[in-house]
Amino acid sequence: MNSLWAVTLATLVKDIRLEWRSKDALNSMLFFSLLVVVIFMFSFDPLAEESRHIVGGLVWVAFLFASVVALNQTWARELRNQVLDAYRVSPAPANALFLAKAVGNFIFVSVLEALMTPLFVIFYNLHVLGPAWQLIPVGLLGTWALVVNGTFFAAMSLRTRNREIMLPLLLFPISIPAVIAMVAGTTAILTGENSAHFYIVLLLTYDVVFTTASLGLFGTILHAE
Amino acid sequence: MKRLFPILSVITAGLLAYALYQALVVAPTDALQGDVYRIIYYHVPSAWTAFLLFLINFVASIVYLFRRSQKADMVALVCAEVGVVFCTVVLVTGPIWARPVWGIWWAPGDIRLTSTLVLWLIYVSYLVLRRFSSSAQTQMLAAALAVFGALDMPLVYFSIWFFRTQHPQPVIGGGSMDPRMLHTLLISWAAFLCFAFLICWARYRLEVLQREVEQAHAMESLVGAGVTAKPSMPLTRGAK
Repeated sequence: MNSLWAVTLATLVKDIRLEWRSKDALNSMLFFSLLVVVIFMFSFDPLAEESRHIVGGLVWVAFLFASVVALNQTWARELRNQVLDAYRVSPAPANALFLAKAVGNFIFVSVLEALMTPLFVIFYNLHVLGPAWQLIPVGLLGTWALVVNGTFFAAMSLRTRNREIMLPLLLFPISIPAVIAMVAGTTAILTGENSAHFYIVLLLTYDVVFTTASLGLFGTILHAE
Repeated sequence: MKRLFPILSVITAGLLAYALYQALVVAPTDALQGDVYRIIYYHVPSAWTAFLLFLINFVASIVYLFRRSQKADMVALVCAEVGVVFCTVVLVTGPIWARPVWGIWWAPGDIRLTSTLVLWLIYVSYLVLRRFSSSAQTQMLAAALAVFGALDMPLVYFSIWFFRTQHPQPVIGGGSMDPRMLHTLLISWAAFLCFAFLICWARYRLEVLQREVEQAHAMESLVGAGVTAKPSMPLTRGAK
């Protein structure tokens, strides 16, 4: 157990340091989601009242697409110099690697969301009518939902031809319930018309189920030869 | 076994013809919907068959994850392929039926429409994964994806729970369906099941042959390389 946390922490710190120095994933995600925001703004051009109803969808679609950009880079980085093969033959637990990657991606996507949310507020003249604090659990649980499956499927699509396109093809169908919960929950909070509790519970269930499944199957995926 | 195949084909053809006759001629016309409702004898049996095939795919994938059995993997592959075909039939006949009865092609908030669509999407992505993955690890990855898909389905169902559902509640066993209609429906389902089994069987045999051919090719190239590579190896190394 001790070694699991030690390896997780070591890999996580390494990934954060790499990202801090290169800023590859963060920069590309930021610019990508900025482009999505601007394109949506021109495509819809809503009034403040309407935008409250649609912006939940826009925000999460932008984050979903942007997170794919980061997720694709997670494992590709380990392919250079056969790092992943070295990891495979080392006695370190496979789940430590998975946890570190998932938490790392969670941090990167959260930073992106923290930077992009003010932009959405400005561009769409947002003013929250429901209990605003509930956006925090929806945001955190929703991000984890995207990232935990995304990290798993990115590891899976690493073994396929044209892996860059493979990740969204695998990730999006499975993510549909999470996306519904995120979008409907955010819209419920923004409009204040109904309660978001159901969606928060749904996201929590989704996170628990797929975190367990990913941890249970990651070893087999990593060592599949 | 091989002699059984043509016999089963004939039985299936007979059953399908009988089911069609029952559906178009014998079954009574619906009091509210008129003759349009007769599409139920294609729509519902296809849906049941598709769900059954996906269930078999899930079980076979679990078996593969534990036992690494090639047979389980082939069963999973075959069931996913045929299941996607039947699921496509459901998604095509559904709107055709919905348009005259509900007045719309598609009800976006409906729980069963949407969850069937998501199920279809998941299994299409499963087939895409099998197609694009390189040979050795495909089976493991596909089995893992099948498990993820199966875990996803209850969540899909609950996530649409809050929306008002437009699809009719299941009438089987509720006692509200005319017994002659139920009879026809069950005959149709039996015919569809036989048909699905027949296709799965043929596809399974094809898959077995394909894998044998692949293995033979691999063996041949190994043997060929073993004979020629040994003397030429130092030369090629030196040349590089």
